[in-house]
Amino acid sequence: MSGSLAFVFGLPLAVVVFFFGLAAYERRTGVATGGGFFQRNGLPIGLYLVLAVGFWAFFIILLPQLAMVDMSFRPKLPPSQMGGPKDLYTLENYRYFLFGSTTSTEEWNWLHIKAFFLTIGVSIVITLINFAICYPLAFHMAQSATAARLRVLLLLLILPYWVNEILRAFAFRVLLSSGGIINQMLMGGGLTSEPIDFLGADVGLYMGLSYAYLLMMIFPLYNAIESLDTNQVEAARDLGAPWWHIHAFIVLPHAKPGIASGCTLVFMLTAGALAAPLVLGGPRTLWFTPIVYDRFYQAFNWPQGAAYAFILLVSCILFVLVVLKAFRLSLGEITR
Amino acid sequence: MAAAVELEGVNVTFGDFVAVKDANLTIEPGEFFSFLGPSGCGKTTLLRTISGFIEPTRGTVRIGGADMKGIGPNKRPTALIFQNLALFPMMTVAENIGYGLRVRGVPRHERDEKVKNLLIQVALAEHGHKKVSELSGGQKQRVAIARALAVEPSVLLLDEPLSALDLKLRQHMRAELRAIQKRVGITFIYITHDQGEALTMSDRIAVMNAGVIEQVGDGRAVYAEPRTPFVAAFVGENNQIRGRITARDGAMATLDTPLGTLSGRNPVALDVGQEALLFVRPEAMQLRANGTTVGFAGETLDVAYEGSVTHVTLRVKTGQKVMASLGGNPGLALPTPGEHLHLGFRPEDALLLARPERH
Repeated sequence: MSGSLAFVFGLPLAVVVFFFGLAAYERRTGVATGGGFFQRNGLPIGLYLVLAVGFWAFFIILLPQLAMVDMSFRPKLPPSQMGGPKDLYTLENYRYFLFGSTTSTEEWNWLHIKAFFLTIGVSIVITLINFAICYPLAFHMAQSATAARLRVLLLLLILPYWVNEILRAFAFRVLLSSGGIINQMLMGGGLTSEPIDFLGADVGLYMGLSYAYLLMMIFPLYNAIESLDTNQVEAARDLGAPWWHIHAFIVLPHAKPGIASGCTLVFMLTAGALAAPLVLGGPRTLWFTPIVYDRFYQAFNWPQGAAYAFILLVSCILFVLVVLKAFRLSLGEITR
Repeated sequence: MAAAVELEGVNVTFGDFVAVKDANLTIEPGEFFSFLGPSGCGKTTLLRTISGFIEPTRGTVRIGGADMKGIGPNKRPTALIFQNLALFPMMTVAENIGYGLRVRGVPRHERDEKVKNLLIQVALAEHGHKKVSELSGGQKQRVAIARALAVEPSVLLLDEPLSALDLKLRQHMRAELRAIQKRVGITFIYITHDQGEALTMSDRIAVMNAGVIEQVGDGRAVYAEPRTPFVAAFVGENNQIRGRITARDGAMATLDTPLGTLSGRNPVALDVGQEALLFVRPEAMQLRANGTTVGFAGETLDVAYEGSVTHVTLRVKTGQKVMASLGGNPGLALPTPGEHLHLGFRPEDALLLARPERH
């Protein structure tokens, strides 16, 4: 145990020390001078950066994903048979998603397919709701709020996110459950005689999901709108534009990269959210991520879980790319 | 015909800060009118008040005789050209110019026709399809003018639009702006801190200082007949010498200064005993032979020969620097730095104004 701890913390430390050693060496010998990447950083540090980032990208990001993709194309086997003659590439995990069976293609697996499209569809709606909530706020913060007001708003936005995701989800549950505060108030006020089943109707889930990634929407929007020259808004107004025209034709086009970036983040995170669906989902709710989770931990079928996760990932990426294309944005632009 | 713009007792305050104080002004239709003043004097605030971005705290703004109270900038017959132009970068040149027409719901073919005419007017006929970022500084300037003119305003407001250009282009654009104004015949209200711009382009100039319009008049009036010490000192170079009036003689007066007894014109009728400032333009200074007593003497600090004119800086006995621009005499012997020099002026070329109390 202590050996693995020493490895986990010692290795990065050694890497950092090595880097500063290199930097000190270069400063003494004065290798670094203007020009391209290697001229600027010097050959040793340049090489080091390429290798270190390459290593990080490959081993920490790419390799685990590739392992999952590989696993998704393999059958579920007991450990003793792994790598044996039965361990062949197969589409059975994907077949199961579509047809609910690893062999037959007679009947569609409506339960999972529905959950999948519901997840994508609701994620789109929630992304739009997030945008509708965040755009006016981001515009106010970026263009008209005073410095003091801006600080307060930022604080109010960030503070609730100090509470962890699961706790926030449970708080919604407490608020919305049959005996919860909202139902008590409604019944106390005589507005309903029976408690309303917010959780069963998925109201809680949608509220929780809308709330969960609000910040991912507001900051890209704020950044994008903040860089808009106030004079442009005023110029449009001076030329006779009503307020909606200014937003539609001046602010939104300018903020397009920020909108794309915020929407992409919220959509991806919502479609992949796990805590909110687990905690807030009603008994009839079928969100896709809990199904994936169940493949891994209930069915103990890791290859199938990997296939399900891969389906979700690829669909989301494809969807985002199509939407970006439709709005004539390149991937590079949304990182601005 | 109603005045193009009328300001009546206009005050603009931000909290405790008085940005514009009691502005009363009438600007005539077709006039090229400039507000001239240092930065922070309230001229931009006044411009934004006329365009409708700021409501006056007190007072009335009338445009074409109509009270503008409660009427937003998008509903006023004015168009504003911003200091940084504020062209729309996501639109082409033609779309920029047509924007005002588009929001007014002008049909497409009519709009295209009008934009085409404007592009020809500002010599950008070939550039309509380009992005704004592909244009040069002067071309952008002309797009901004065309965009503002497209909505056919009765008053065009310009907020130091030339300040970002280099000197040569700036001088060229002055002439061009003036020509455009003559051609379209509408009122131009121009904001600048550059007296050269104000003097060369304007029919009339309002000189502003600390929120107050100090003087309104044509270029000659504000340069040759300033009515306040601020205007005398701000418009063009001027030497000022403080003193106390000792005698009055018709339009002239004599004052006692640390540099001796001097005299000048007394347009604001200062009385004997009053504190006054004597203003003499450098170009009114003349070189005097050693020994004459009118004017003052001092040590030559700097001599800058410019051909037609030679700028001489003198340090007089109070320690103050006095500038003289000597010229017109090819045979003139130039003073050398360190030399003791006597400068004089004709009393008619000097001007006496009341000394402000806080100075």
